[in-house]
Amino acid sequence: MADMTLTLKIWRQKDRKSPGKFVSYTVENVSEHMSFLEMMDVLNEQLIKKGEDVVEFDNDCREGICGMCSLVINGRPHGQEHGTATCQLHMRKFNDGDIIVIEPWRAAAFPVLKDLTVDRTAFDRIIEAGGYTSINAGGAADSSAILVPKSDAEEAMDAASCIGCGACVAACPNASASLFTAAKISQFALLPQGQTERKRRAANMVAQMDAEGFGDCSNHAECEAVCPKEISITHIARMKREYFKAMVFDE
Amino acid sequence: MPALPTSLWSSVARKALMALTGLALIGFLIVHLLGNLILLSGNADAFNLYSNIYASMGSFLYVIEAGLVAFFLIHIVSGITVALGKMKARPVSYKKVANAGGPSRKTVSSVTMIYTGVLLLVFLVFHVVSLKYGAHYDTTIGGEKMRDLYKLVVENFQQPYIVAGYVIIMTLLGFHLRHGFWSAFQSLGALQPRFSNMIYIIGVFIAIILAIGFLFVPIWIFLNS
Repeated sequence: MADMTLTLKIWRQKDRKSPGKFVSYTVENVSEHMSFLEMMDVLNEQLIKKGEDVVEFDNDCREGICGMCSLVINGRPHGQEHGTATCQLHMRKFNDGDIIVIEPWRAAAFPVLKDLTVDRTAFDRIIEAGGYTSINAGGAADSSAILVPKSDAEEAMDAASCIGCGACVAACPNASASLFTAAKISQFALLPQGQTERKRRAANMVAQMDAEGFGDCSNHAECEAVCPKEISITHIARMKREYFKAMVFDE
Repeated sequence: MPALPTSLWSSVARKALMALTGLALIGFLIVHLLGNLILLSGNADAFNLYSNIYASMGSFLYVIEAGLVAFFLIHIVSGITVALGKMKARPVSYKKVANAGGPSRKTVSSVTMIYTGVLLLVFLVFHVVSLKYGAHYDTTIGGEKMRDLYKLVVENFQQPYIVAGYVIIMTLLGFHLRHGFWSAFQSLGALQPRFSNMIYIIGVFIAIILAIGFLFVPIWIFLNS
């Protein structure tokens, strides 16, 4: 396939306080083998050559495990592919002449820092509120010392595969952080090491999630559909059960 | 140990209240629809005797009504809180929004809950004012004097614009329940992937049966009187 020429409509915003606007760019010589972020690199090289300000976007590992890349591409966080992050989206999914709208995550709790980068430290504060276990691990225990059913281990691992990218918030019509918070509660609730602080964790993390200004969960399940790790909303149901237990019982 | 910072008005508990009241109101609607089916018989005495059961409950009726009002209020206030919270949580909206598909449950129903809800509330006020507090006719059945509610209902449903209004609003009720029923179970933490689809389908059935049941009665009366 010949190289593509694309029109990009990108949200440009100077800093946190400035109003932003969409700016159109034309990118030529886009190979179908490029990732979406490599296509953005091509655009930025063009801008540098012209002496213009580059488009800021978050990225790091570019292999779908760090959770840094974001971008709402044509109305879908991480683009139209299921179970992948923006860095794993390839330009072969687009056609020559396409117009692509690129926006940052939109949520009051994720303020835009510059262009397409947003401040996701609200997630860090939710983790600080209880997303850990206070156990002095000591030396490595025998793997058979604490028995964990395989199904529990697998489900905990599914939850723990959350990379904290925030696509769930970006996709949620209410900008709710329920899937993220639920995954981080669930990964501990299912395992023996998470039992001691179980109720306190659920109560504190939900309280912090609310305090950060995320919206309520209306069960649209749009979060699960865009999650690059395909984390199920069954973890949100578990978060609710954990919270109800914290409401009714003492630690 | 300090108390856990849980609250009945946290995002999780608020939605559980909405879910519990919503499910209770669905229960109320099922009883209501069963009562309405008596209207289809065209037997005025049968319907009046049925409605007189409630009218003759005395103060116990007030207890039931107070409970219903409380359930509606909790459901409405939590629903409006969610809608307002949504505007606050996303002050800048997207230029382009697309549905992600796949496991998503985002539908016309799910994104219009607040609008269908508010319209149902407006309807509810009209419904109660025009029937419960509407014209009072009397009838005597078996020597007992009671309200002729049947006459008032038939009078109402002889007017095409009222019938049209009921048909539209009850269709909206169907949309509201289609997302609401399934969503209530998820909000209560009661869903597992293995029966999530089944609950969703049951919700669609309940939505269709209640909507069609409620909109069929006015049409039936309009065509048969």
